[in-house]
Amino acid sequence: MAVCIAVIAKENYPLYIRSTPTENELKFHYMVHTSLDVVDEKISAMGKALVDQRELYLGLLYPTEDYKVYGYVTNSKVKFVMVVDSSNTALRDNEIRSMFRKLHNSYTDVMCNPFYNPGDRIQSRAFDNMVTSMMIQVC
Amino acid sequence: MEVAAGGGCGAGPPLLLSDSEQQCYSELFARCAGASSGGPGPGPPEATRVAPGTATAAAGPVADLFRASQLPPETLHQITELCGAKRVGYFGPTQFYIALKLIAAAQSGLPVRTESIKCELPLPRFGMAKSDGEMRFGNPAELHGKKVQIPYLPTEKNSLKRMDDEDKQESQSPTMSPLASPPSSPPHYQRVSLSHGYSKLRSGTEQMHPAPYETRQPIGQPEGSSSEGPGVKPLHRQASLIRSFSVERELQDNNSNYPDEPWRITEEQREYYVNQFRSLQPDPSSFISGSVAKNFFTKSKLSIPELSYIWELSDADCDGALTLPEFCAAFHLIVARKNGYPLPEGLPPTLQPEYLQAAFPKSKWECTIFDSYSESMPANQQPCDLNRMEKTSVKDMADFPVPTQDVTTGDDKQALNSTANEPSPKDVAEDTAASKDCNSLKARPRSRSYSSTSIEETMKRGENPPTPPPRPQKTHSRASSLDLNKVFQPSVPAANSGLLPPPPALPPRPCPTQSEPVSEADLHPQLNRAPSQAAESSPKKDAPHAQPPSKPIRRKFRPENQTMESQESAAAVGGAASAAMVKPHPTVQKQSSKQKKAIQTAIRKNKEANAVLARLNSELQQQLKEVHQERIALENQLEQLRPVTVL
Repeated sequence: MAVCIAVIAKENYPLYIRSTPTENELKFHYMVHTSLDVVDEKISAMGKALVDQRELYLGLLYPTEDYKVYGYVTNSKVKFVMVVDSSNTALRDNEIRSMFRKLHNSYTDVMCNPFYNPGDRIQSRAFDNMVTSMMIQVC
Repeated sequence: MEVAAGGGCGAGPPLLLSDSEQQCYSELFARCAGASSGGPGPGPPEATRVAPGTATAAAGPVADLFRASQLPPETLHQITELCGAKRVGYFGPTQFYIALKLIAAAQSGLPVRTESIKCELPLPRFGMAKSDGEMRFGNPAELHGKKVQIPYLPTEKNSLKRMDDEDKQESQSPTMSPLASPPSSPPHYQRVSLSHGYSKLRSGTEQMHPAPYETRQPIGQPEGSSSEGPGVKPLHRQASLIRSFSVERELQDNNSNYPDEPWRITEEQREYYVNQFRSLQPDPSSFISGSVAKNFFTKSKLSIPELSYIWELSDADCDGALTLPEFCAAFHLIVARKNGYPLPEGLPPTLQPEYLQAAFPKSKWECTIFDSYSESMPANQQPCDLNRMEKTSVKDMADFPVPTQDVTTGDDKQALNSTANEPSPKDVAEDTAASKDCNSLKARPRSRSYSSTSIEETMKRGENPPTPPPRPQKTHSRASSLDLNKVFQPSVPAANSGLLPPPPALPPRPCPTQSEPVSEADLHPQLNRAPSQAAESSPKKDAPHAQPPSKPIRRKFRPENQTMESQESAAAVGGAASAAMVKPHPTVQKQSSKQKKAIQTAIRKNKEANAVLARLNSELQQQLKEVHQERIALENQLEQLRPVTVL
């Protein structure tokens, strides 16, 4: 369903970014990059509230004419950004949430691997497979 | 390959092979050698004991091949002796070719002699009876089907049916794939270990040469150097002492004859793995934390991405720790990888934790593992549970995955789910895919590796907030709070509350001292009045009233009292009388007032000294300035005078 999925570290560098290859990947990279500002804004808006009260799912960050960008941030300030095709109207919020939840689960699996150093690029095959399953299948 | 050019055969005149024979033999040799972990190619630089430019065929596949020729074992013995393999201890190409030729001769009915091989012979035949061998050769192909490199021989006119089947297989694939996908370092390291293993193998072969044909059942896995079972044991014992990974290759001897051969763990291997597990973690029913396992597996010198992938495969419940079956699976995967096997896409069914636990039920200690595992799990849970109960009630585990870096919540999950998780993977037979789904269904335990440390951390954390450091009396605040925390940590916070009453007693103390100067000032005129009044009225009545407030003052103003007494004798008399009467009054007040006065006098003295010193300081500063000015003036004069003299 998603056109591009990115995992951004706390320091705002990408740990994992993958987009459907037919499109111009640079465009997606740029979109993800610009969405980071929106993410930061949303995080700081909840600033004074306790972490417990902060919602992990950030929702629609910003829509463009072709795409919608959704965000999700974990308690360790790792951000997941998902770019979705706007024409795909069947996608509901719940589905996006469930996709983020799966992402988060896979991400924690990657973290549990003692050979993974936090801050490295994510090279886990299981993670890749999961992301592939979520990405749009373009013939 | 020309046989003549090969290593010294010494068995006789150079061997003449026809084209077909050459093709056939080279292909067979490649398969046997390629089926070994080293492969023909990588042999040269590292296999130092082998003549450079040659390769060796592992004894396993060669023995298979020979047996497939359906010759009686004695004949095979003779053949191996003749071809020189026994003498040199390995099957080089020359030995192999000679052996094949001899097999052909034997199959044609000729006696097994070196003379037999000089004549033209049909190609040796290897029958279909070795279905096991076929399957063994076959299944690795299926497992690693994607990375097949078909050793395709264009003209295959032999009657080797097995070869036809095995054409599809990539006895070379284990060697190709390591070169293809992973970085080059693993193959290199594999070769190093292989040469090491080869040397051991050869020494084993020399020792046990007759034995292999009967007792040995090498599964013919491309794992290669699958050495004799008994022959390995002496080596194995040594190896178990040295915790080096290159040694495990001898343990490849899988005695069962099933498909999925490379992924099946034998008894010996299992024992070895369990021993290793024990060395890391004495309790076989407990688990190894991620960091410990990481250090251990890093010694295998596989690359980090590969180790990472192996971990992914073997840690079925993704908890960052390895239980015994998971550890065995991981170890086995590492060993397989070191022997050239490409890593599977998913965990093979024979390496699944529940399978591993069920597969070896016979040994007693494993049964006890099983029991003690389930027993100790609740035991392990309890300390966790105590701390986590409140937290678990708060968090809704089902909906949101818990972030990994939040250690306490990780322990929540572990506390909640370990009892559910640990038995359930054992009980439910699952595929890898299903196991992953199952993981998502149950809220997975996270960061279990942190559990042991976090228990203490959270306990400390749990204790620190309720115990506010009590106020210090006269020592440094931090030091006292630390000491008191250590002292009172095992005890209930009630003990700490016992400290609270005394500190609040302190603050009120300064108040009376502060109020005293005020009261002193007030009582000044009172004192004057009181004695005068006391002189007039009965002193006893007023004395009790005046005494408590005037007592503290009386000390201080004693000299003044005396001066006053000189002025008013009545006051002195009254003061003395009241003083005499007051003596039996509580002395505590006097002492406290003494202390207060002492403090006050000390304060005053310090202030005076401070003032004096400040004045001194200012005077000295002025003097310093003056001296500076004088100096400047003198220097000016000097300069004025100097040019005159120089010139």
